[in-house]
Amino acid sequence: MNILIIKTHFDYKAFNLLKKIDFNSYFCEKYLKIFIIYNRKTMGQTIVQKILANAANLPAVKVGDVVEPKVNLAMSHENAALVINQFLEIYKGTGLEPKVWEPGKIAIIFDHRVPAESSKTATNQKKVRNFVTEQNITKFHDIRGDEMGICHQILPESGYVRPGYVVVGTDSHTTSHGALGAFSFGIGATEMASVWTLGTILNVQVPPTIKVVVNGTFNQFVLPKDLILYLIGQLTAEGANFRVIEFHGEAIRNMTTSGRLTICNMTVEAGATSGIVPPDDETLIYLRNTAGVKDEIELINPDPDAEYEKIIEINASELVPQIACPHTVDNVKSIRDVSGIKINQVVLGSCTNGRLDDLEIAAKILKNKKIDKNVRMLVFPASGRIYKEALKAGYLIDLMEAGAVIVNPGCGPCLGIHQGALGDGEIALSTTNRNFKGRMGNPNSEVYLSSPAVAAASAIAGFITDPRELN
Amino acid sequence: MAKVVYKFGDDISTDIIYPGRFMATVLPTETPQYAFADNQDLNSKLVNGQIEKGSIIIAGKNFGCGSSREQAVSTIKGHELVIIAKNFARIFLQNSVNLGLNTITCPDIEAEINDEIVITETKVINKTQGREFDLIPHPPARQAIIDAGGLINYTRKKLMEKI
Repeated sequence: MNILIIKTHFDYKAFNLLKKIDFNSYFCEKYLKIFIIYNRKTMGQTIVQKILANAANLPAVKVGDVVEPKVNLAMSHENAALVINQFLEIYKGTGLEPKVWEPGKIAIIFDHRVPAESSKTATNQKKVRNFVTEQNITKFHDIRGDEMGICHQILPESGYVRPGYVVVGTDSHTTSHGALGAFSFGIGATEMASVWTLGTILNVQVPPTIKVVVNGTFNQFVLPKDLILYLIGQLTAEGANFRVIEFHGEAIRNMTTSGRLTICNMTVEAGATSGIVPPDDETLIYLRNTAGVKDEIELINPDPDAEYEKIIEINASELVPQIACPHTVDNVKSIRDVSGIKINQVVLGSCTNGRLDDLEIAAKILKNKKIDKNVRMLVFPASGRIYKEALKAGYLIDLMEAGAVIVNPGCGPCLGIHQGALGDGEIALSTTNRNFKGRMGNPNSEVYLSSPAVAAASAIAGFITDPRELN
Repeated sequence: MAKVVYKFGDDISTDIIYPGRFMATVLPTETPQYAFADNQDLNSKLVNGQIEKGSIIIAGKNFGCGSSREQAVSTIKGHELVIIAKNFARIFLQNSVNLGLNTITCPDIEAEINDEIVITETKVINKTQGREFDLIPHPPARQAIIDAGGLINYTRKKLMEKI
């Protein structure tokens, strides 16, 4: 009877029934294994399906299944203040002492308004600090030297994210951590309060996956940012809504983790739940050498016959610098269509493009040059550690001598909270990830998005400039 | 029956619904004052109580795209508005379910300001135009959270079951 079930198709009811049948443990174990092997053999799984199946303790999942996966890492920034509020609400009237499920799996990183720009923020940050102490949360990054930074840089560089993890964060750009082969996605504060309570994320519907295959080689001054902007332009702002984007191809294999973080970071701008890069040697090198991970790392990869909703192929060799024009990220044009637009402010940095190689390429372009006198250039390294490394490498001196202002790591002007707001009618060119109306603190301004190379070249010229045309 | 009080196009971001510069304000009781803060017309009507509770906002595709900030939901919830959109961005939709903001996905919706609307279990009926549009109900997993009165109640129930 059991063999018949196995030979038909994978069936959850049958599987659950089998688990309940009173076999002795040897047989039960054996049949479960057959199920798993059979299932893996006949139904190819995407990487996210495999991660969710593991996290939900199931042999396999299919698109549309509703699961309750265990969370490996739960990240918040200053909005932890709201999470705490909702977390305490959950415990109200229960008679229980509010206790987070596992303090070691919670990360809190101050980055949105650092150092505090107002008494309100300072009070929120104080409330979070007290909670961190009470609950023994260890992965806490305060406003402090080379320990601080933007959450989406702190998580990878501190070794908090591993391939195969389920990562949730109260920030939409939590998609970034798919760069290390994790299933990582943004959630709201109340959802996070639920995770802090239960350690699982409720009612996750297994998403379909779009496979993006990028072959070829990037030309000089064409960067991962140009690839992701191009892809968002093709997909549109809602083209990947409720979907995962899985990246493949030789251009991805040859890309550093920094570049992979850039592309996964911005998958949410096409609506994606998450972006993900199957982990490989580069992932291991990054985790060992940069993130200092010592323990065993398991690489979970998709099956060759995994089912994808759609496959998109891109040739990196044919890509040119891309610009996202106001006021939507999917309003993407080739640089030749927008070059010449005068700019007032250039922003280099953020969770998208504030890593060492981003600062390096900008510094190389700007070395011994001067930024146009009508342009202010603000540089926000993604973390204190990157700030220090860029200082040692001399990049920050090159940028400063060219006329840039170096600001402490943080989210800064990207979302108009803190520094670098625009004046009425002003135009910014930014390496950040969003250009929505009002994003940089003023609804009467415009934001264009580009790579660090385009940003640096344009800062010199005073208008949007193709770095390939510089002498 | 409720009235359409505002009509938006596609891709209305959380920066339009609740600009980032007000993000230091987090408590759901305090966020309603900044609803659509950069849209002075809509914001002043909401803040001055000129818009009745239960009124309807019509939107195109991808409403609530962008940030995961929950203030974008609590600010609208505070005014008890109903959003009917062609579709919603994922995080915004989930936050709405979690906080109990009434969001209706209606891919073919057509309505203008001041139209009178009735929402049934399966349809959005535009009484003014005499037309009906199918809505897409929430999948059972999301409906379960709504039925529990939001994610706080739902999680509390799960927590008590675990003990």
